[in-house]
Amino acid sequence: MNTQVNIPPRSVVYDWLRHDKKFPHVWCPGCGLGILLGSLVRSLAASGLSKDQVALVSGIGCSGRLPVYVDVGSIHTTHGRALTFATGIRLARPDLRVITVMGDGDACAIGGNHLIHAARRNLDICAIIVNNLNYGMTGGQYSPTTPVGAKASTARYGHIEPAFDISNLMATAGANFVARTTVYHVTQLDSILTEAIMYPGFAVVEVLSPCHTNYGRQNRLGSQVEMMKEFKRRAVRVDRWEKLSQEQKKNKFPVGVLVRREEASYLDYYAEVCRKARAQMEGK
Amino acid sequence: MPRKQRQARLLQGNEAIALGALAAGCNFFAGYPITPASEITEIMSRRLPALGHPFIQMEDEIASIGCCIGASLAGRKVMTATSGPGFSLMQENLGYACITETPLVLVNVMRAGPSTGLPTNVAQGDVQQARWGTHGDHPAIVLCPATVAEAFELTVSAFNYAERFRTPVILLSDETVAHMREKVALPGRDEVEVIDRRQPTVPPDWYVPYKADGSLIPVLADLGRGYRYHVTGLVHDERGFPTRRPDEVEPFYRRLFEKISRNFQELEKVKRFGLDDAEYLLISYGATSRSCRAAVRLGRERGLKVGHLQLLSLWPFPRRAVEQALEGARICLVPELNMGQMAREVKRVNPGPATVYRHSKMDGTMITPEEILNRLREVG
Repeated sequence: MNTQVNIPPRSVVYDWLRHDKKFPHVWCPGCGLGILLGSLVRSLAASGLSKDQVALVSGIGCSGRLPVYVDVGSIHTTHGRALTFATGIRLARPDLRVITVMGDGDACAIGGNHLIHAARRNLDICAIIVNNLNYGMTGGQYSPTTPVGAKASTARYGHIEPAFDISNLMATAGANFVARTTVYHVTQLDSILTEAIMYPGFAVVEVLSPCHTNYGRQNRLGSQVEMMKEFKRRAVRVDRWEKLSQEQKKNKFPVGVLVRREEASYLDYYAEVCRKARAQMEGK
Repeated sequence: MPRKQRQARLLQGNEAIALGALAAGCNFFAGYPITPASEITEIMSRRLPALGHPFIQMEDEIASIGCCIGASLAGRKVMTATSGPGFSLMQENLGYACITETPLVLVNVMRAGPSTGLPTNVAQGDVQQARWGTHGDHPAIVLCPATVAEAFELTVSAFNYAERFRTPVILLSDETVAHMREKVALPGRDEVEVIDRRQPTVPPDWYVPYKADGSLIPVLADLGRGYRYHVTGLVHDERGFPTRRPDEVEPFYRRLFEKISRNFQELEKVKRFGLDDAEYLLISYGATSRSCRAAVRLGRERGLKVGHLQLLSLWPFPRRAVEQALEGARICLVPELNMGQMAREVKRVNPGPATVYRHSKMDGTMITPEEILNRLREVG
């Protein structure tokens, strides 16, 4: 008789999620944030970083509750300001990889100014923006990414403001790496996050995620599963996207890595500032 | 080196704040330009890179303080500097620093407000904003210099309080103190007492971040040093996780207030001039203290028994020193460059016989010693 006990290899979840933070998590059934959480810990495990080399920073909203489950230095900050805290951490400790998790309202409305300046500055931060097209936690009000015509708690007669295209905005503002995917495309999400976490300079990942409880119900988009299938129907791989006609692009969006630049990061330039300052002080 | 042997330098108030910060070990600064505080930001932008430390000019004041809090959580000694309008923008994250117990020094060089007001003129309108500006009830430590030398000393104190009590500390300067130049003999590097925040000594597995010892001040590890925990602006339990349980919420708030209030005596900083036989008492802070000092001298020359209590710490309100000074006086006058923000506090703690009058001025200029003496003649 074999008396040896087979100990299974420790799972990624066991390694990277906090043991003293009790599940279930706070999110609604059908929400995509749990899928993102799983993808994030798999990507962290694949990155080769130790848990003490990672700082996970979030703002306010449903996405703001994500870092608490991950066994790294986690910081749940104020609404829209996650990138400002992340900037401070990154400058203070260049040996830490800093990841921010923000929602669409969090990152693009109240935090819009910080977002474009972080992209312009090109400081090494991985910014994950979970885009669920509305403010979920406060009850489904319209956000800067709510499509025109959609219904929201504060747009009962249909939304009239054009939406931000987060990925295009970030590409224009100067981010080194920009990618878009959805929580339906989990393997793509894993590979994009793995690349973004270690990418030099500012790396943005826009993750489309369903908000069934608010956006889905108000716009009669069907069940949680239907909302996921909608991502499958509408997403087009970026290499195929260019070949589509305007007519074919209607109601579709490209997914994949949209921008890969190799601009030097802010930290490289700042090292040069320090060198000049020291030389000048010593010269005096 | 004894003080008299030190070389005296002609320093501006804002310059003294920057030098005080560096002497106290400040190794991170994030700010946004604003009159009359910009010199502090400019000096830090020159000095910090030469020391290999980060300096950054952010996109606004909200970002500046956010950046500072992030850096402080990562172990840096941080400062930001602003004036009234920027101070208003910082109030949101100032509350975050309070609830997360993050050390931070915030310099507010007061100018005349509200709004853009008189950007290049002196005022003292932010005294109550410094105490109550952020939302929710919270403790506050606010220091206020009247001379360039005090600007240096109080900046060092601000850092030491922030690190020791793990709380934001506000240095409330004003346009006059910020832009005037005085001869100051700065202490040598070894003469400045510098306090650093405590670091955990228990192994990471035993570590409970917000479980405080008898000091009521938690020992919070710097980010990325082997002690992983959660930081949140939500009310949290001893492990740092959000909680709504009244039996955890109530002790949390009580500890937040008590860690400051139980050190009241140490935080009470005042200077007394000619109080022993004073019939007339002047209570002031910041730039107006300079006029009060001159008024005491002039008044005494004219046979008027005038004394002066200068408040160096505004919050927690130095009520013991104020009560004591009021006990001997017949008339108390509180000259300030607002409509009586501190006079109401003095009236609130007045134990009895003295009558407290305010003397307010809001025209963008200083109160002169003669104005103070005239006002004393008028009321007394």
